[in-house]
Amino acid sequence: MTDKNIEIPALLTKLEIQLKALISKRKLKNPLMIGIHSGGVWVAEQLHQRLNIQEPLALMDISFYRDDFSQLHLHPQVKPSQLPAHMEGRDIILIDDVFYTGRTIRAALNEIFDYGRPNQVIFGVLIERDGRQIPLQPDCAGCTITLPVGQRIKLTGPNPLGIHIQSFSTEKTVA
Amino acid sequence: MKKILISNGHIIDPANNTDHTGNVYIADGKILAVNEQITDFSADLTIDATHNIVCPGFIDLSVRLRDPGQSYKGTILSETTAAASAGVTSLCLPPDTSPVIDTQAVTELIADKSEKANYPQVYPIGALTHKLAGTELSSMSALKQAGCIAVSNATSPLSNLLVLRRAMEYASSHNLLVMLHPDTPSLSNHGCAHEGAFATRYGLPGIPEASESIAVAQYLELAELTGCRLHFSQISSKRSAIKIQQAKKYGLKVSADVAIHQLHLTEDDIEPFNSSYHVLPPFRTKKDKQSLRESLANGTIDIICSDHQPHDLDAKLGAFPETEPGISSLETLLPLTLQLVQDNAITLSQGIAALTQNPAKTLGIQSGTLTQGLAADLCIFDPSLSWAVNNDTWKSAGRNTPFWGQTLKGRVTHTLQAGKVIYTL
Amino acid sequence: MTNLQLNKEGKLKHFLTIEGLSKEILTEILDTAESFASMSEQKVKKVPLLRGKTIVNLFFENSTRTRTTFELAATRLSADVLSMNIATSATSKGESLLDTIHNLEAMHVDMFVVRHAISGAGHFIAQHTAPHISVINAGDGQHAHPTQAMLDMYTIRQHKQDFSQLKVAIIGDILHSRVARSQIQALNTLGAKEIRVIAPKTLLPSHVETLGVQAFNSIDEGLVDVDVIIMLRLQKERMTSALLPSEREYFKCFGLTENRLKLAKKDAIVMHPGPINRGVEIESSIADGPQSVILQQVSNGIAVRMAIMSLTLQNNTETL
Repeated sequence: MTDKNIEIPALLTKLEIQLKALISKRKLKNPLMIGIHSGGVWVAEQLHQRLNIQEPLALMDISFYRDDFSQLHLHPQVKPSQLPAHMEGRDIILIDDVFYTGRTIRAALNEIFDYGRPNQVIFGVLIERDGRQIPLQPDCAGCTITLPVGQRIKLTGPNPLGIHIQSFSTEKTVA
Repeated sequence: MKKILISNGHIIDPANNTDHTGNVYIADGKILAVNEQITDFSADLTIDATHNIVCPGFIDLSVRLRDPGQSYKGTILSETTAAASAGVTSLCLPPDTSPVIDTQAVTELIADKSEKANYPQVYPIGALTHKLAGTELSSMSALKQAGCIAVSNATSPLSNLLVLRRAMEYASSHNLLVMLHPDTPSLSNHGCAHEGAFATRYGLPGIPEASESIAVAQYLELAELTGCRLHFSQISSKRSAIKIQQAKKYGLKVSADVAIHQLHLTEDDIEPFNSSYHVLPPFRTKKDKQSLRESLANGTIDIICSDHQPHDLDAKLGAFPETEPGISSLETLLPLTLQLVQDNAITLSQGIAALTQNPAKTLGIQSGTLTQGLAADLCIFDPSLSWAVNNDTWKSAGRNTPFWGQTLKGRVTHTLQAGKVIYTL
Repeated sequence: MTNLQLNKEGKLKHFLTIEGLSKEILTEILDTAESFASMSEQKVKKVPLLRGKTIVNLFFENSTRTRTTFELAATRLSADVLSMNIATSATSKGESLLDTIHNLEAMHVDMFVVRHAISGAGHFIAQHTAPHISVINAGDGQHAHPTQAMLDMYTIRQHKQDFSQLKVAIIGDILHSRVARSQIQALNTLGAKEIRVIAPKTLLPSHVETLGVQAFNSIDEGLVDVDVIIMLRLQKERMTSALLPSEREYFKCFGLTENRLKLAKKDAIVMHPGPINRGVEIESSIADGPQSVILQQVSNGIAVRMAIMSLTLQNNTETL
């Protein structure tokens, strides 16, 4: 249980800069920012402020869209997604805390598309780590790191935000 | 006919007050001597019965052979084979065969089939009413002539008391024993379990004890009115036992039997929705079981029977109330009776009497005893031999018993019918 | 029977009766239902949890409302649903029941939701169906209606939170009610303080106290101080089978009127599994009144059934 020397404010700033650039380059109009429960929401709250997004922050819980439904158990504390009714044709900024295997973003995209066809989606994470299993990747990342097999990195919060690296014996893909 | 010596067995013959170790000598199909040492008896066959019990062959008042008519459940051959292995040397066949035993022809057919199956001592019980419909009398005289030992309406309803009265009078005038299942159809109302805590919990239509005891009261009154010899088939409740006890005290010539499984199982033992426990009358409460045991001990209930009802697989496959009631019970008759002795509910002698002397007395036949000159119907059993109830040991075509897979104690080693060995373990 | 409903790890695989299920399992169902509850307010009312699964509604007894809620629950989980109404006669044998099941199994289904007129039908099917199939009892004879009981518990929890303080009265034809039996079991498992059944003697089963209830023949006595009132539906056949003289007399003696409602706690909730017989069991004004949660029961029914379906299928890890 060691905390790597990662400065969260620095990561947030780096992510903010990248997103700002991409928003401009891709000409996002009145974008909707969506944070993925639970770590992604904390990060999104920060970015929502920093980027001065007009549209209220939306939240998403991807539990029902997971692909490992039969291996894990339905977590009773599933919070329902709070997404606006109209997603059709919108520009979306999707935010998560850690990008790992790619399964979370796969589930999140499925859920978004069930709501309607967005115009475009850009995806930002605070930390991108190695271990991708699905051919997806973030558009923006606060930092990119490698971790030895058997270690997992998690954001703790909401106040203060912190990084938590955990070792565990069985590889269970989560993010 | 063979000369047989059964040596050194523990002989129990309640009718003759015999209860000690000794020899039994058989010749020409009859009992030659019991206990007396016969010096120049050159036996063709000697059965060493050391450590075993030697007693009269069992007389079972209710054994459904399912023949004629329901051969997918059992045949005279398969079920008499099971009977022989169970130590039963005489059995009564209830009239609800198909066709019903309400004609001479059917009665003779049964005798014929039994003969062919090498088990001649099948006593058909004739129908009390034509087709068991409860409305017209059957030809009881003809049935008696053809060989029926008693008359009964099996489990078919007898709602009309006037018809019942007349049937009892008529039977009585031909000196026929009337065997009745006490039940009041309007109260039992298609129930499938005892009306009590278990039926309530599992939402099963219940049969109150009153359904049985009301019928007992009615039949007792009619027996007194008509002078008919009455026997109650398969009592299940304390209330019924009390009435029968009172009637006997009062001087009525009435007898009663209980199915062996009613002396062991109650509604508390039923595995929910397990159709092996679906029987009629249903398994009732601990109080009833206690009363049945006491009644057996004090003579209120005279006889134990198997109430053997073998079934095909489909009959027991379904939601509990939709399955057919009944247990295949010949082969568990002995070990379960011995268990009663083990439980100190009755003595071994009482148990054997309930299976031999008493049924013989009720039926009015010269049997159920090891008396010199009478047919040599014997059962030799090992009371301490444990055996598992499974495909290897079971003989009946019906495997429908809640005791399936259990290990029981007490097994027949030899059965002799009219001096002929019809079963060896 | 406990074994029949649970898989090797003690997790719910079939849902046949409340009996034998722990408080933990019941609570898990309620909690899971909560996460599905808000879905009906979303624009997209579907989640892909059971996509690719085939659920068969086997209704041997007619019921539009229960069947449609199960259909809706399955559809919202993205499962494929097949609804079958099968007429049965009183002499229907186990054979045809089994044959029906086996024929459907051959079409590679994953779940049976069964409603049947005979007690024990759900158990029988669960015992004889292929191991990878889960069975949910949508009501068997007079024995059990566990999904109804769970949605009732969910509704109670929404309003009362703590079962251990609750006095619950169930009023009506307890004798014939599978709903009542399941409700009583659930309330006892969840630790309800007091459960009262109120009915004329003819409508109370023998030895009813053994179920863990107190029996009352007077509604005025039984309603005093209760927190939850559950009304049961009175069926017309009860009058013709000599169980009751008339609906009028029943209403006079056992109907929930405004006056009688005052005997209960001020914030008592009024429930009914439906469909309601207005003026027979309950005054219209109460059914539509502020204390009635009857309509909530209906919408809760979908979330609860979604929870039960997804939990049992998720726990059934046996493969075809």
